Amino acid sequence: MNTLIAIAGLGIISLIAEIFNVRKAIVPIVILGLLGALGLTAADYLALDPHTTAYAAGEGFFNKMIVNSRFSLCFSALFIVLAIFLITLTPDFNKDRPAKISDFVAIKLFLLMGAISMVSFGNLAMFFLGIEVLSIALYVLAASKPKDLKSNEAGMKYFLMGAFASGIILFGIALIYGATGSFDTQTIQAATANTATLPGWYMIGMVMLTIGLLFKMAAVPFHFWAPDVYEGSPALTTATMSTLAKVAAIAAFFKLVISLNNEIPGPFVTIISIVIVLSMTVGNLMALKQDNVKRMLAFSGISHAGFMLMSFYSPTLATGTLFYYTSAYALSGIAAFAVVLIVCRDKGNEDIYNFNGLAKSHPLMAAILTGSLLSMAGIPIFAGFFAKMFLFNQVLATGHIIIVVIAVVNSIISVGYYFKLILAMYTKEETEQREPMPFLYGAVALVSMLASLAIGFWPELLMGLIR
Amino acid sequence: MDVSFILIILLFGAAATYFVGDKWASKAALIFSTAAFAAAIYVTYRYLNGERVSSVHVWIRSPRVWLHFVPDSISLSMTLLTTALTPIIVWTSFGNLFPKSRSFYALILFMAFAMVGTFLAADGLVYYIFWELSLIPIYFIALIWGNGDAAERKKAVVKFFIYTFAGSLFMLVAFLYLYHQTGSFLSIHLQAVGLNSTEQTWIFICFFLAYAIKIPIIPFHTWQANVYQKAPAVGTMLLSGIMLKMAIYSIIRWQLPIAPWPAHEYKYIIVGLCIAGVIYGSILALKQDSLKKLLAYSSLAHVGLIAAGVYTLTLDGLRGAMLQMIAHGFVVVGLFFAAEIISRRFNTDEISGMGGIRIQSPKFTSMFMILVLASVALPGTFNFVGEFEVLYSLAQTHIWIAVIGGLTIILGAFYMLRMFQQVMLGEKNEKFFADVTFSEGAVMVLIIGVLLFFGLYPKPIVEFISTDLERMLYKINRFN
Repeated sequence: MNTLIAIAGLGIISLIAEIFNVRKAIVPIVILGLLGALGLTAADYLALDPHTTAYAAGEGFFNKMIVNSRFSLCFSALFIVLAIFLITLTPDFNKDRPAKISDFVAIKLFLLMGAISMVSFGNLAMFFLGIEVLSIALYVLAASKPKDLKSNEAGMKYFLMGAFASGIILFGIALIYGATGSFDTQTIQAATANTATLPGWYMIGMVMLTIGLLFKMAAVPFHFWAPDVYEGSPALTTATMSTLAKVAAIAAFFKLVISLNNEIPGPFVTIISIVIVLSMTVGNLMALKQDNVKRMLAFSGISHAGFMLMSFYSPTLATGTLFYYTSAYALSGIAAFAVVLIVCRDKGNEDIYNFNGLAKSHPLMAAILTGSLLSMAGIPIFAGFFAKMFLFNQVLATGHIIIVVIAVVNSIISVGYYFKLILAMYTKEETEQREPMPFLYGAVALVSMLASLAIGFWPELLMGLIR
Repeated sequence: MDVSFILIILLFGAAATYFVGDKWASKAALIFSTAAFAAAIYVTYRYLNGERVSSVHVWIRSPRVWLHFVPDSISLSMTLLTTALTPIIVWTSFGNLFPKSRSFYALILFMAFAMVGTFLAADGLVYYIFWELSLIPIYFIALIWGNGDAAERKKAVVKFFIYTFAGSLFMLVAFLYLYHQTGSFLSIHLQAVGLNSTEQTWIFICFFLAYAIKIPIIPFHTWQANVYQKAPAVGTMLLSGIMLKMAIYSIIRWQLPIAPWPAHEYKYIIVGLCIAGVIYGSILALKQDSLKKLLAYSSLAHVGLIAAGVYTLTLDGLRGAMLQMIAHGFVVVGLFFAAEIISRRFNTDEISGMGGIRIQSPKFTSMFMILVLASVALPGTFNFVGEFEVLYSLAQTHIWIAVIGGLTIILGAFYMLRMFQQVMLGEKNEKFFADVTFSEGAVMVLIIGVLLFFGLYPKPIVEFISTDLERMLYKINRFN
């Protein structure tokens, strides 16, 4: 709870800073503030009863609008870390528009607030507020290059589609309210215990909620917006969408499924299975054909959404795995995007040929991008490998061997397009002169890559947090 | 000092090689790989004295993964082979100038690290990680420092990577499945698991995919010749000298003890497949004009025979395979080095562009001759011991298999000697062939010395590995 208030305060401070014209100091202050918020989250985590389950609610605030659990606090911490990386990149990315920096920082802070509410809600109203705050922030960020036609298109597309998704979510919440008479998750869960008396539209509501969230996380068949929006948005916004927003949507989906239901009905599992298989396969096959790195990462993100959803087969047991997978994915995503930002800074597009010969001029950057791509492909010793390994392990435990085999085949396909980029960096000759890299990009790429390696060497660090 | 020290020396060596800079990288790599060899010898010495050399740490608590390195004579002999060949391979590269040599030598040491880890790991997951880890350095070595047209090389190397990665992912699934049956990745637990025949067949197939691609057994061999040709000589040596031994070793260590049923049930099919590779490799070798491709196909034939020996599930087969692995490791490094020496001088890989070297360099000719003879398993060379024992095991399985497998010696002699004739003999070549340098000659003499010494006196190795192989065979045959 303190975390949320602190972040909201930081957002407002950065808006006020604009008035007082202290733009230079704003990013350091915000980052310090976020580190403080991380500390508050850690304090809340330590205050929890260590013997409870991951979703067991701790203390509730404001009539249980916000409820701390190990799940919500761990994911909040992850979001804060990701936000720190993203905000660090902001000033340089928008260096041609120095007057707007405080706006961008403030919007990202509000976005972070939305993401945190999406995992720590105790009430569906709070959940909806969270998802709307996150979405509106993203709509603005997607269209934040007003003179760029593609950015406008991305913002418009995302807004129209997102508004529909929000409507569907709201409709779902209304149906659930109609069936159970409450917005409070604990009350709803108690009401769903007796399936005989539960009205049929409860499940319809649940499916609508699912559709809305599948849209936000860009899972097939609700993915059509993703490639265009990812490509059109400014690269930093794409990074935000494909790491922070995607992870937030998946975490919220899990929290909803687990905290509202006592037991997940069979047909629902079948639907999710289809979504999983489609997401993995379609995402990968489409990614193979892309020449634009942002588009490629968008499709690869779609297939990763399918992988993450695989932990749905044993949601309560797999929470640690989900957390590990999302962290591994998000960290390597940040590292990859930081390098993409450096390389395509003044290029105007993000096509693969921009990466030709990167290994010669910036060996460290090339190594980091290679590392993060190998991590996403699931090659040891990077975190992505352990994420996949734990995931397959969990899914095998529930007996879905076919899903694992499909996932394995998809991992093999994914090597194809990740390597396209690696090959361009190491085998092609450089096409043009490169500028020296800005320090902050390099630092973010390096730190997130090191973090990714660290959780690869010591998976226990994260796996132990949610048990 | 336990076995993990060998790994630490190699890993530290890789980092140190990278940081000493381009000028000293090759020397540092030679020093560290030699140090690793010395450590391996010392560990073996301690092992023979009955001291404890294994190393155990918990790595991940759930799922339970141990950093567990257990040396027995099988894994120790492979470790010795790897650490002995690594300095030799580093040494062979001294005549070449590589751009960015610090990365190059660091990758070689890193690869040696991964391969030694593969041989020593007793935990399935750690083994798998090392197995995959060895793929990354060779990928970059072949990609960046390889020869020939860049686009074709890229295609060959990516194909190789995707092939092997695909195979090993199925192995990972097999390990995870086994983990759910036993709650452990440790090889002793996995070997004790009671699987029914269907489960064993699937596990066997998953492992087989990974190993058949790496060895390679036909029809999974299509990556091999191109990569051997396109990779730099050092990469080819690493691939053919050590890396494919990882797969054969893994058959003995992991596949057969865990899933022996299909190996017994479909013995003739599997051995037949391996033997088919022998014939196929030999025939293709006959038609090659590229020296490196010829050696690649001859290697395909030899490893097919080694794999066939393993799958006969007899003591002779296993022991012959182990001996042949070591012998083949040395001889193939020697042969590829000879090819590299020639291509350094003639700047070509085509046999038709060679010839007439004997007149210019009799020293090199005699050394090359000995290597060729060793490769076709002339009695008195190390290869003869292994090949003889493998053929004997094939004869125990079925006489016709042994006869067909024995064709490898005849065919091998035919294409190797013809190659020798075309490359070395004949009219004096108009291109100048400088005599071998001291460092080149020393490496060749070293390799030949090893081959002749163990050819005449294989007893120490045979005695060293026999007991553990018998124990392993007992586990493999437990169902019959």
